[in-house]
Amino acid sequence: MKQATVAAIRFGYGLGPSAQPATVAAVHDSLRGPDVARETYPLLPRDDALALRMELFLTGRATRNGEAGGEAANAVARKKLRAIEATTLRHMIARRLDGPAPLRERLHMFWLDHFTARHKSTPEAANAAPYIDETVRATMTLRFADMLRAVVTDPRMMLFLDQTASVGPNSVRGKRRGQGLNENLAREVLELHTLGVSGAYSQSDVRELAKLLTGLQYHPAKGGFKFVSKFAEPGAETILGHRYGGRGKAKLADIFDALEDLSVHPDTAGHMAQKLAVHFVSDTPDPALVRHMTQAWQDGGGDLMQVYTAMLEHPAAWSPVMEKAKQPFDFVVSSLRALGYSGQDIITLPRKGFNQMVVNGMRDMGQTFLRPSGPDGWKETAEAWITPVGLATRIRWAMASPGRLAAPLPDPREFVVRALDDAASPDLIWAASAADTVAQGVGLILASPEFNRR
Amino acid sequence: MSDTVSRRRFLQRGAALIGCSAAAHPFMSSVTLASAPWDARLVVIILRGGMDGMDVVRPVGDAAYAAARPRLVQTPGLPLDGYFELHPTLAPLMPLWQAQQLGFVHAVSTPYRGKRSHFDGQDILEAGTGLDVSGPSTRDGWLNRMLQTVPGLDSETAFTIGRDELKVLSGSAKVLNWSPDAALTVSPQSRLLLERLYHADPLFRDAASEAIELADLAMPDDSTERSMALAKRMSAAKRNSVAQLAGFAAERLYHDTRIAAFSLNGWDTHRRQDTGINRALEHLSDAVLTLKAGLGGVWDKTTVIAMTEFGRTVRENGSGGTDHGTGGAMLFAGGAVRGGRILGQWPGLDEADLFERRDLMPTGDVRDYAAWALRSAFGIDRTILETSVFPGLTMGANPDLLL
Repeated sequence: MKQATVAAIRFGYGLGPSAQPATVAAVHDSLRGPDVARETYPLLPRDDALALRMELFLTGRATRNGEAGGEAANAVARKKLRAIEATTLRHMIARRLDGPAPLRERLHMFWLDHFTARHKSTPEAANAAPYIDETVRATMTLRFADMLRAVVTDPRMMLFLDQTASVGPNSVRGKRRGQGLNENLAREVLELHTLGVSGAYSQSDVRELAKLLTGLQYHPAKGGFKFVSKFAEPGAETILGHRYGGRGKAKLADIFDALEDLSVHPDTAGHMAQKLAVHFVSDTPDPALVRHMTQAWQDGGGDLMQVYTAMLEHPAAWSPVMEKAKQPFDFVVSSLRALGYSGQDIITLPRKGFNQMVVNGMRDMGQTFLRPSGPDGWKETAEAWITPVGLATRIRWAMASPGRLAAPLPDPREFVVRALDDAASPDLIWAASAADTVAQGVGLILASPEFNRR
Repeated sequence: MSDTVSRRRFLQRGAALIGCSAAAHPFMSSVTLASAPWDARLVVIILRGGMDGMDVVRPVGDAAYAAARPRLVQTPGLPLDGYFELHPTLAPLMPLWQAQQLGFVHAVSTPYRGKRSHFDGQDILEAGTGLDVSGPSTRDGWLNRMLQTVPGLDSETAFTIGRDELKVLSGSAKVLNWSPDAALTVSPQSRLLLERLYHADPLFRDAASEAIELADLAMPDDSTERSMALAKRMSAAKRNSVAQLAGFAAERLYHDTRIAAFSLNGWDTHRRQDTGINRALEHLSDAVLTLKAGLGGVWDKTTVIAMTEFGRTVRENGSGGTDHGTGGAMLFAGGAVRGGRILGQWPGLDEADLFERRDLMPTGDVRDYAAWALRSAFGIDRTILETSVFPGLTMGANPDLLL
């Protein structure tokens, strides 16, 4: 298989009308330049998100209190939120349809999933967009410590994992109100975000990290985040054998020191190298590839570009055998790409069609956009997605949706080449010409193992 | 009717096409060789959104009730035991109550307190854990953990139905999932071509053949009175309706499946609850009655439990609804249960009796009743229930849920 085909399918959203980086060097360079796709299709900035959040919060409270006009004002705010949410999804897809750096888009989804965070109340839904771009996307080509720090102090993550409810039992606040620790964020930082569940940490490390994290609080009026020392547990904490804080007042710098150390812990390097290799290459990746990436993580002090390079330069990453299954979001987006959709096409697609084919399509295949059911994110294995219900739904979608999305439908005999080039098997090329209708021919190609694997 | 016939013929064709791989197929062999260690059946229904237990089973005997809910008491309930009344929309279930095949547990909750988030509440309900679990987070569900403790189960023992993820049954024990609305509708030619395309990729080949077979299993044959009654209920219903979900569950449970789970949404009644709760109640009653119709004689071995993440506020809010609360109610039904009773300890509705002066005070743990249902139906060891299935739970006295 041509390197360009593997690059498009494994490290992008498949073949399509826009030019794609086709070599290792070109894929790598595409991450170095300015983030053109984000500039072209921006999301709601932090300040606007916080303002909308405040509007939703205040009008929601007015409604509950039965204040005059509260309900109408809340309806207006909710309508704004729904529009913002739809724009977020449309822009995220548009970047993938004609952005110049497909690997940047794939990495973005990888990290959003690694740092899964969901809102639990309507007003906080407004804070999704800055989390997606300003916290995760802006840091994913820097050092892992930079991303970890941004994520852990983002209100979306703090609320999702109950950091805002965690108070040092011996802090000013804790003593006055009898409040205590909530370990949720500390546990997931160790178990999911850094060392991994098989990493060398204990329950005592979880507890100590939870104590260290006290003071991290949500402050909507101050840009979203504030370190509040009267919530912070006094004294030093010992995590994985290192002492943090203890000299004078608790401070934010102590927390950042601990996150720095966690970001370059050997278990973190191994866990993250494995996770990246599993996501991009194989559910059971070549140990040599994982070792090479782990080494790059350690040599570069968690510099993520060096880790991506290590993956791209390793021959195991370019195996022509496609072992992974595309997740539903990627399946839908790569179908749109193959059908010739541009970013503008998805932005101008009428709401009804967008909801039915894109939003509900993904949901029915088992993946509601950025809403996995737990903090551990979406499943990675091909078996988790190619289930009886999952595959039957993909087939239904493949047969019915292209006819509503693209007019006229392409000739299946040309479409199979455009969508898969030399990844199409002789059987698929034959089937494309043997289908009884154009719609079924296009559907067969989209439902084929070749199109669903990468 | 003609729809059904042509669909059948179509499926027979599909079945013939996949015949070549049937022998090596794990699912197909499990259908023919199914064996479960139990004969009892359990259906778990997760009621998402926070069912207002106080509106479903109304404590009209409590003097504070009517005052707290001036709008919601406008439609009179149906007398149950003199103290409690049933919501009138559940009238179709009254014959079951009278036959002692329907009961409730009142003033119960999970250990979840305080934040009243659907997301966290449902997680805790389905994980079956307490609030603070030490060690790695528990990400599987209590019903799956129960399966993990029973050796030698085959894959058709447990089914989740519908597209909603059911954490209560997710985990390392194999569980099948089907959603009746996923049935394939492609031309015979396309099916042949898909067959050829999937032949070399076992993952796709097996998933597709299972999908075809599961779609075929969805509709009962019409050779007996039971299956005719079920087919009638299902064909009158919409493609992804509750009757389709419950009908599929009943058909599988009638045969080799022992445990089925699905969820019903629509309980988050913040506004105009007097009318807003009716659809959810109709779905609940449809689900129970479809299970009964489809299970025929097996209904006598069946326990259905329906549980929700939390109850709702005791007082109506400003928009004729109720907000997220704490204590709620749980439903149990089936030919195997000792129904006609309302279990649990009623805490009272005076302000001092409420949780945080607003919610029904929970006096029991839903996990306790679920644990006793597993103990009574499947004979699961009490130690296993208290350590593996519901870690940290101390089971109370046997509530004698089952006959």
